Formats: sequence, structure tokens, C-alpha cells
Amino acid sequence: MSWKIWSLKKSPWVFHVNAGACNNCDIEIVNLLTPKFDVERLGIKLVGSPRHADALLVTGVGTRQAVPRLKEVYRQTAKPCVVFLVGACSCGTGIFHEGYHVEGPVDKIIREEDPNAIIAYVPGCPPKPEAMISGIVKALSAL
Amino acid sequence: MSVPLNILFWVVVIPGTVILGLVACWIVRKVSALVQWRVGPPLCQPLYDIMKLMGKEILVPQDAQRTVFMAAPLVGLAGVLLLSMMLWRITVAQTAFIGDIIVAIYLMVLPSLALILGSSASGSPHAAIGTSREMKLVMGYELSLVLAFIVVIIKTGGQLDLATIAQQAPALSISGMLAFLVALLCVQAKLGFVPFDIAEAETEVAGGVLIEYSGALLAVWKVMHAVMLVALPLFLVTVFLGGFGTTGWSLVWGIGKYVLIVVLLILIKNTNPRVRIDQAMKFFWFYCGIALVAAIILATIGSYYGIGWL
Ligand code: SF4
Repeated sequence: MSWKIWSLKKSPWVFHVNAGACNNCDIEIVNLLTPKFDVERLGIKLVGSPRHADALLVTGVGTRQAVPRLKEVYRQTAKPCVVFLVGACSCGTGIFHEGYHVEGPVDKIIREEDPNAIIAYVPGCPPKPEAMISGIVKALSAL
Repeated sequence: MSVPLNILFWVVVIPGTVILGLVACWIVRKVSALVQWRVGPPLCQPLYDIMKLMGKEILVPQDAQRTVFMAAPLVGLAGVLLLSMMLWRITVAQTAFIGDIIVAIYLMVLPSLALILGSSASGSPHAAIGTSREMKLVMGYELSLVLAFIVVIIKTGGQLDLATIAQQAPALSISGMLAFLVALLCVQAKLGFVPFDIAEAETEVAGGVLIEYSGALLAVWKVMHAVMLVALPLFLVTVFLGGFGTTGWSLVWGIGKYVLIVVLLILIKNTNPRVRIDQAMKFFWFYCGIALVAAIILATIGSYYGIGWL
């Protein structure tokens, strides 16, 4: 394993992208940073700009409005990076399946942008913070 | 110190300062975590962060002025490293030149100046907001900081070299204490810590001045910030609290003073919400200004009549 990947596992900084979520998944993500779960002990930090990020936490279905922005954010993220799809909406299209405003699933959109993207799925509506931590750990150990 | 030992010291001092800075970064994050009842990151976390950033892709925005954008972090880092070298020279080798306090004041502006240059070269509107805030903040605290040092110069009887100032402890008087408190808040603003992190405000301008930086360039900014965490408190110790020695109790006592300042900075950071830029300017120019004018008058009276505690 190269030192790049090793250090990436030790300090994954995440950027949170809302691609048309109902806001419930976003609240659960913010939950991750509270003293109860304290992901900073694993080196995970929420950053304000995609250029600083190593992982994108994408929530939501990928609405028509959000898709171009999502692609732009993915292009702006410094590679190597991992994409986490948080919630049933972004993993499939969840309860919004075949909605008039849905362009996703999100993984298809990201693959259009970059066929070799590393994508991890954390299902649930919304997923528990424990599930997100376990998803992040599993995805990083698979790198 | 014998000659080979001396040479060895000056070889390891720059990497040593960087490592000390990373440890100080960890202290900041750990103590913040403890204040918030969390566990906090492991000791090597800042090192992992730097290593990871070094391995990542560097993105330069299309509209950026490439050369300035890439050179600015290096200029800032060079400035703080030079400042910390000066301080080590004074504490370890006891050599100084007349007027080095003024050089130090200039070197302390260099990181903020580099930040302003780099972010305005990045061509991003968020960075532009961050730049304008950083510029106003610099104008705000710089005046107070210089006035605080003038108090010290008056207290020490017109001394302009740091090695002589470091022999005395001006903070042990009313005017010196006032100046020290104001200088502490200025250092808080210089470090971009919370009540004054207006330029980086992650929740409003998404990282502000640093928004377009990625990979190794961001790592250089982080290292610069880490070295500032060593150099600025050390400078305060040297100027206000009587410096520190290299042997026995004076070393322990010196480390104690450094830790005291860092912990004070962290506690201010964790117990205050971010202020707006106009509030920060008003605070530095108006309230700190009045306190410092009072301190200067007290110090002048004190030195005229020879009253030490004024
Ligand atoms: S997965 Fe559920 S909670 Fe999350 S955004 Fe979709 S509908 Fe909301």
C-alpha cells in the first residue's frame, strides 16, 4: 500500500453535497460530528470546500437542478477521492422513484463524469450514524 | 554550547519547529475536543493530514494568476520560519541586533499578506470576500499590536532589541498587563482563531481565503499555520513574560508560560462565537485603542517617576 492511500485512510476530510435530499439524511450527517459519535478521533473532518475534500457525502436523488452542480463539485474535488452515497435516495432513488424531477440515481451521474470513480453505498432512510461510520470504515479498508 | 553541537542545533531547528508546530496543532484540537466533551484526534493526526495533502492532486483554477497563486504559501511559510529562527536565536544563542523587534513586527504581517495575495490571485468570489475581510482584520489588529509593543518599549526604557527586552517581564505591571491582554487578542486574530476567524468562516464563505487551495499547496498553508502556533505565543513570551532560558528551571518555567498562552488562546477560541468584521474592527480600534492609550499614559508616567508597577 502506498503512503498516499495509507495517509488518506488516516485523515479523510469530507464534503457534504445535498443533491435534493429531504434534509433528514443531512441531519444525520451533522449528528456524526456531535460529541456522542465524535468522528474526529478517526481523523474525519467536515470541510467547507470540495477542493479540500477526500470524500464526498452525497445525499438525495439527484434532481434536475442538482445534477449539473453535483458534476461540477465532483470535478472540483482533488483526486484521489471517494464518493459516499448516503441514504436510500442516493443509493437507488428511494421513495422518489420515477418522480418527475428525478434524473439520478446518483451513482449513474457520477459514473458519467468519471467511469473509474470509487463509490460506496450506505443505505437506510435515513441511515444511522453508526451505519455511516461503518460504511466509511469498510470503504476505506477496501481501498 | 560546543561548536559541533551548535551546528547540529541549527540544522535541526527548522524541522524541529515544524514538528513542534504540529504538536501544538494537536494540542489545540485535543483541548478543544476535551472542552466539548469529546475524545479528540490522536497525536499524529496533524502529521497524517499534511502527508495526505502532500499526496493529493493540486488544482489551479482557470482564472487564477498561476505564479502568485503557487508562490504565496511559500512566501508566508518563509516569513514565519524566519520569525521563529529569530526567536530561537535570541533564546538559545543570546544574540540579537538593535531594532529586531521591528523586524519581527514586519515578519509577523507576512503570513497575512501572503494569504491576501494568494486568495486574491485565485479568482474566486468566495475568496474575494475572504480577502477583503482578512485585509480589514489586518488593518484592525495591526495598530493595536504595534501600540502594545510601544508600551513594552516604554516600560523597558527605550530598548529595541529582543534579547534585552526578554530579560525583563513588562507584564508584571498595570500597563504591561493591559498591553499583554490586547496583544493576546491580536494574536488570536492573527492565528485566525474563532472569534476572529471571519476570513475563513467555513459556514458562510466556505473556507474563504483558502477555498481554492488543494493538495500540497494547502499542506504548505497548514504547516505555516502550525509554525505560527509556535512562533507567535513564543514571541509574546519573549516580549511580555520575560522570555525563557535553555537550562534547568528557566526552561521548565518558559515551557509553562508558552503552554499558558496556548491554553488561554484555546479557551477564548472555544467559548466565543464568531464576530462580524465591523464588530472586530470596532473592538480593535475603539476598545483596545482606549485600553492601549491608557496603558501608554500609565507607562510614561511610571517610567518618568520611576514607579515600576504602573
Ligand atoms: S434517504 Fe430518506 S431520509 Fe434520506 S434524503 Fe432520502 S427520503 Fe430523506
